[in-house]
Amino acid sequence: MDLKEKLITSFLVYEDKISADADGKLQDIRAEAFSRFEKQGFPTKKDEEWKYTSLKSVLKHDYKIFPKIESAIEFKNVKNYFLHEIDSYKIVFVDGVYSSFLSETTHDGFDICLLSAALSKPKYKMVIDHYFNTIARKEDSITSLNTAFSKEGAYINVPKNTVVPKPVQIIHFSTGIETDVLLQPRNLIVVGENSHVQIVERHQSLNENVVLTNSVTEIFAGKRAIVDYYKIQNDRKTASLIDSTYVKQLQQSVASVNTFSFGGSLTRNNLEFYQEGEHITSNLNGITIIEDKQLVDNHTLVNHKFPNCESHELYKGIYFDSSTGVFNGKVIVDKEAQKTNAFQQNDNILIDDKASINAKPQLEIFADDVKCSHGCTIGQLDEDSLFYLRSRGIPKKEANALLLYAFANDALQKIKIPELKTRITKIIAQKLDVSLGFDV
Amino acid sequence: MSKYTEDDLKKELETKEYEYGFYTDIQSDKFPVGLSEDVVRAISKKKNEPTWMTDWRIEAFRIWEAMTEPDWANVNYKKPDFQAISYYSAPKAADPNKSLDDVDPDLLEMYRKLGISVDEQKKLQNVAVDIVVDSVSVATTFKKTLSEKGIIFMPISEAIQEHPELVKKYLGSVVPQTDNFYAALNSAVFSDGSFCYIPKGVKCPMELSTYFRINEGGTGQFERTLVVADKGSYVSYLEGCTAPARDENQLHAAVVELIALDDAEIKYSTVQNWFPGGKDGKGGVYNFVTKRGLCEKNAKISWTQVETGSAITWKYPSCILKGDNSVGEFYSIAVTNNYQQADTGTKMIHLGKNTKSTIISKGISAGKSQNSYRGLVQVNSRADNARNFSQCDSLLMGNDCGAHTFPYIEVKNKTAKIEHEATTSKIGEDQLFYCNQRGIGTDKAIALIVNGFSKEVLNKLPMEFAVEAQKLLEISLEGSVG
Repeated sequence: MDLKEKLITSFLVYEDKISADADGKLQDIRAEAFSRFEKQGFPTKKDEEWKYTSLKSVLKHDYKIFPKIESAIEFKNVKNYFLHEIDSYKIVFVDGVYSSFLSETTHDGFDICLLSAALSKPKYKMVIDHYFNTIARKEDSITSLNTAFSKEGAYINVPKNTVVPKPVQIIHFSTGIETDVLLQPRNLIVVGENSHVQIVERHQSLNENVVLTNSVTEIFAGKRAIVDYYKIQNDRKTASLIDSTYVKQLQQSVASVNTFSFGGSLTRNNLEFYQEGEHITSNLNGITIIEDKQLVDNHTLVNHKFPNCESHELYKGIYFDSSTGVFNGKVIVDKEAQKTNAFQQNDNILIDDKASINAKPQLEIFADDVKCSHGCTIGQLDEDSLFYLRSRGIPKKEANALLLYAFANDALQKIKIPELKTRITKIIAQKLDVSLGFDV
Repeated sequence: MSKYTEDDLKKELETKEYEYGFYTDIQSDKFPVGLSEDVVRAISKKKNEPTWMTDWRIEAFRIWEAMTEPDWANVNYKKPDFQAISYYSAPKAADPNKSLDDVDPDLLEMYRKLGISVDEQKKLQNVAVDIVVDSVSVATTFKKTLSEKGIIFMPISEAIQEHPELVKKYLGSVVPQTDNFYAALNSAVFSDGSFCYIPKGVKCPMELSTYFRINEGGTGQFERTLVVADKGSYVSYLEGCTAPARDENQLHAAVVELIALDDAEIKYSTVQNWFPGGKDGKGGVYNFVTKRGLCEKNAKISWTQVETGSAITWKYPSCILKGDNSVGEFYSIAVTNNYQQADTGTKMIHLGKNTKSTIISKGISAGKSQNSYRGLVQVNSRADNARNFSQCDSLLMGNDCGAHTFPYIEVKNKTAKIEHEATTSKIGEDQLFYCNQRGIGTDKAIALIVNGFSKEVLNKLPMEFAVEAQKLLEISLEGSVG
């Protein structure tokens, strides 16, 4: 039975199982999303948006849609996957199930809790009705699949004039007690006027069993809100991730999404920004360092709808072995969005013979008084710089690593949590197989 | 303050008509509308073609029948009805083998209006012209001078008769019948076009030029150009196009194949000024063209195009850099105004080692037009040290037009160096102000700035063309900024 059929049959069972909410609105959303998925199925390479990324190898597994075995993990075994050096709120899931033991949630002043709780409790109903599934792309069949099946994830609601004092960590573990597991988490983040929150998200499998995660996140940034979102993708090479993040911003807000893709067999990031007000800034940063046969596909969209807004996009990629990188950055400037400044830059380095990159930076501009640019480069390390370093006694490997580190550094500097920056630097050093010999 | 305000200018432009929109009443031999295998055979028979050619056409027709029209381009239009087009139309009096004196005086009058006086040109300018009206080539100049050097420059229909071995060898070698919907259609029904062969080591002493004109209504123009530059040769080739102003949409589906053998260089320049449709978006030519060049070792192909006409332009002059050290270049200015839509760009396919390509594309959109750049740079795994530089700049005038860029970059070799840059902007208010305060009127200032914006491309055109192109730009854009 192929995965689509299996999903169809399981949905019918699943629909009966989940408890109905008062007015059945959620059921309607799920049913509609499901029928869309049923109609469209999984995207293929014939789809323009999936031209360079084939899901075939990922979909061939016989995934378990509802993992049965519940398992607990010890904090000491997974401590390293947390940013444990600093105090933080934590929302932790083990095989898609909330782990209260590892988590640290709150309702004091703001809500950092579970989406399942928010979806079922009447006191959150207004927020859910107002935000849930309103910006997730309904035409996207994979997002629709998530909408149909997801029942768990993080729910963060920061009311106006509030600064969340410490970062929030959202971590999804898959224990691999069962193999071939399909996880579909769903996050909803609402940040009110003048508020600020920092979020770090991570998906991690604990052994080499196959797991596919189809994650959807909706982020709403209110007026003058500041949202910093960090995605750490350093999973094992048996794990695949399709992550769709949708951000809606109101006037003068600043939203940044930083994506660090180092792991996984196939990683697809759909990142979409919708600007619904003036003087908005959107930042998109990414670093990709992959090897073997890994594939990372970054699909971004920034839709400028109002005047005087900005967007800054910077993606850096380093590709070893026979890895493949895909970058598709789309910037749409609507007719009304005069005085837009939109900048996009995508730089890539191919290290080995079989590595490849497919890039498509795309601009669609309907307003005349704008400054928009995109740049895309593919190249190698500068021989002269390499020679300079080696002439000063730095071995080839380290010299290479230093230059690659410097290459990725632009995007690294955007990280505002120092401990996270150190952590990412360490991961990069590890990837380059050197000790960089300095702390940052 | 000057009395001539922008509103006046706008009014003037709105009423300004497409200069080449006249229709010359020449008796023509025209096929009834519709397309079938019989029509294809009839065209072939009309041309007295050998069997291999007829078979080739029939094969293409069968391929075309099985294909569906593509719709991935960023343009909206009513699909042409392929059964409502006449696939062959020839001015009756035209017989290219006769001398100029025998040419229909009406035809000569038409050339005069177009600004190509055949005999004058022969004396004054060093340009050999092949003129294609509707579907057939009507006049070729300078044949004799060229043939002394061994250069073959003639209508392709004659080439099929006189040099079948060359045509047979190269026709369809770069753009096969199966290539795409319009290429297949063209392969089946093309009635004429130019053929050019430059022998080994010969540097063509003059610019070769083809002038295309659609004259008859209800016809489509399907010409086929084949340029072969043998080892170590050089040729510069120009192409110009116009059509009468009509309310209907006429189809122009041409195929251009360039073959540059080892160490050869081909420079191909186009000034495309098909009727762009009225200011309300009515009529205009659908320009669906397949242009591709193949570079062998150390060869160079350079495409330069100035696109100001056509209601819909859909065209991607491409280079296949097959030989080592080969070079591909693409310089383009695409101007769209009113309701024009253009989806144009290039493909650079790097196959050989040390291959280089340069892409400079300038898009200018005004009125309610849409202008897209769509390009592909592909570096295959064996193309070591491939180098590409792309730059796509767009200029927007007014708030109803759009500029789009769809660059595809696919690299499978680690030694490749690819740079792509794109910018979109408008004519700066401060730039205009600067010109104004120095006494340069707004319309002049715009012309000045646009000229500067497109200079990199204009510089690549041969002299005579550059002047014409500059004028065209001015006409297409005057007063577009409100």
